[in-house]
Amino acid sequence: MKKNKLLIQNSITYAIVIACWIVAQILISTGNMKSLMKGLLVPLCIYAILAISLNLTVGILGELSLGHAGFMCVGAFSGAFFTKCMENVIPDVTVRFLIALLIGAAVAGVCGILIGIPVLRLKGDYLAIVTLAFGEIIKNLINAMYVGKDASGFHFSIKDSLSLGLDDTGVVIIKGAQGITGTPKAATFTIAIILVLLTLFITLNLINSRTGRAIMSIRDNRIAAESVGINITKYKLMAFSISAALAGVAGVLYAHNLSSLAATPKNFGYNMSIMILVFVVLGGLGNIRGSMIAAVVLTMLPELLRGLNDYRMLIYAVVLIVMMLFNSSPKAIEMRSVFMDRLKSKKKPAKEAA
Amino acid sequence: MRKVVSLGLAAMMALSLTACGGGDTAATTAAAKDAETTAAADSAETTAAAGEAAGAEAGTIKLGVIGPLTGPAATYGIAVANGADMAAKEINAAGGVNGIMFEVQAEDDENDPEKSINAYNTLKDAGMQMLVGTTTSKPCIAVAAETANDNMFQITPSGSAVECVANDNVFRVCFADPDQGTVSAKYIGENKLATKVAIIYDSSTEYSAGIRETFVKEAANEGLEIVADEAFTADSNTDFSVQLDKAKEAGAELVFLPIYYQEASVILKQAHDKEFAPIFFGCDGMDGILSVENFDTSLAEGLMLLTPFSSTDDSSKKFTEDYVAAYGTDPNQFGADSYDAVYAIAAAVEKAGITADMDYSAMCDAMKTAMTEISIDGLTGAGMTWNAAGEPNKAPKAVKIVNGAYEMQ
Repeated sequence: MKKNKLLIQNSITYAIVIACWIVAQILISTGNMKSLMKGLLVPLCIYAILAISLNLTVGILGELSLGHAGFMCVGAFSGAFFTKCMENVIPDVTVRFLIALLIGAAVAGVCGILIGIPVLRLKGDYLAIVTLAFGEIIKNLINAMYVGKDASGFHFSIKDSLSLGLDDTGVVIIKGAQGITGTPKAATFTIAIILVLLTLFITLNLINSRTGRAIMSIRDNRIAAESVGINITKYKLMAFSISAALAGVAGVLYAHNLSSLAATPKNFGYNMSIMILVFVVLGGLGNIRGSMIAAVVLTMLPELLRGLNDYRMLIYAVVLIVMMLFNSSPKAIEMRSVFMDRLKSKKKPAKEAA
Repeated sequence: MRKVVSLGLAAMMALSLTACGGGDTAATTAAAKDAETTAAADSAETTAAAGEAAGAEAGTIKLGVIGPLTGPAATYGIAVANGADMAAKEINAAGGVNGIMFEVQAEDDENDPEKSINAYNTLKDAGMQMLVGTTTSKPCIAVAAETANDNMFQITPSGSAVECVANDNVFRVCFADPDQGTVSAKYIGENKLATKVAIIYDSSTEYSAGIRETFVKEAANEGLEIVADEAFTADSNTDFSVQLDKAKEAGAELVFLPIYYQEASVILKQAHDKEFAPIFFGCDGMDGILSVENFDTSLAEGLMLLTPFSSTDDSSKKFTEDYVAAYGTDPNQFGADSYDAVYAIAAAVEKAGITADMDYSAMCDAMKTAMTEISIDGLTGAGMTWNAAGEPNKAPKAVKIVNGAYEMQ
């Protein structure tokens, strides 16, 4: 019985995503979709993936991480770097992009393990602060990095692009804080949706597996989990690095959706990490479907409010506060349940009368 | 369990409701705004009809403007939007181009490439036919890839990074970054302003790092000795005492600041506190320093900058007066750039014989050739011409701040 319910719940989540894809495809093919929405399709998928993956760390593992944008940054840069290097070697855009996705995920995952080993010894607020710092370190490292390529191989510098000492055929690939420019646009909505489904598949299956239950037991009671022989370090690290790898995938998508990629405080700084955390908290800790929907709504909102000009960011903030209160304040929950009960009780007598 | 599900559903309902609410408001406001613009267009048409009878029949060309209208770089975006708006109004009041009117709509990009694409798509939905933008370099590169894809004509007033005009449908009004660095070094060398030069630059912007790179290259040819070369980033742009101390210790006679004026105002203040008084030399991003709030303009006395535009120059007197009357602030170079951009579009539209009912792709093809054939006397240079690569050809001007105003050198 329980298993059936789970299956239904998960199917609903997948169905929502597939329905979105079908609706979008119909709208595009009939020419009813606005350019703004068309441009937003891929970013929406990116933020959905980020929200789902962070929910794995925050909701399932129960550790507050504020460095998620850092992993996205790693994925974005490694993926874009690969694409730039292989532009002439692999002519097929889709194949190159798929390999870039794998590379981005792998590099971000490895970074997740490396950072996770020292960081996951901490708990609660301490962990949050350290992940915040790591996110910033990643961003600043990339901002200071200059990488060029010429006939004799790769050149690396942390000073400026002149000190790379490239010969005439050389090209600077990562230009410090100016990042990587001219990444071909390879991300399509279909690929992005497939990645969202894949992310969902990985997270939902992980949660409902033996491993997932072990991870959740660490969240619920660490000491009890340890006492029954669960390897805490292993499971924590596993959840953390899978979450990082998925953020890396989102990063690669991001890099291949825009032709200029730079690690600014806005797109890969702690602002972004907190933004993703807002998606997760609003959608519900541990609620994968909720965080996905929250990501979509909150990404679309400022764009839909464009008509309000200067007031739109103000309205956005107010709406955010109202939504949070409505969603989570005890009074609002009470009011909602009273309302729902009333609805039910009204329906019942109506049925009886009929 | 049921309760949880029902709660979740309720939450989702709430979310979707809020979302719909948001959408509705946006739609209504957009509609209201449309009504407003139509009203504005109507009145413009009436004025035009008075000027020229053919006015109303030739239709309007919709120009889109993208720039940071909010956030720290808002000064640039607002100036660009105002400049374009003013030029369009002037052209319309004079009867348009062969009767064609121009309509301007500005969208905010918060100086973020991702938001810039959204702004571009919003404008496309609104029926934009040519793009005046974007204002800042990084978003410009991202948007240029989209316009190349759509074959939409784009002229950026102030996107100075080399990559901005990489595609053949993009032109620019301002100088490219590398040119500014080379010209600055040449100017300093030829006028023998100094031999020991310190540089303080922002390594996180394409603009600043690009200028600095070519400046360093050219400085070697001009016999300038770079005694200090200090960087900061967008994260650390509030305190410059370390950089200034290094420049002071190294005995710099001139400090080259290829940065935006906001940071420069802090540097000038801190240098004054340290009793460090070399010549400060900036590029076009320095333009606007006299309008910084709470900044003692006497600190900027003697500051030299390379800018194509000076609001006190004779050629720009009328522009400055009109601009102040219309928008209540002094114009800066960004406003002048976009003003020129709209006039360049008008000249090219006339040259190519473009009509308002052409679709944007056909317009773009016609504009690509027409842009290389026109020559305009703008605020930012006399006899400006463009090459097929999209780069303008005009002479830079150096100005010095004397008694709180620009003085041509």
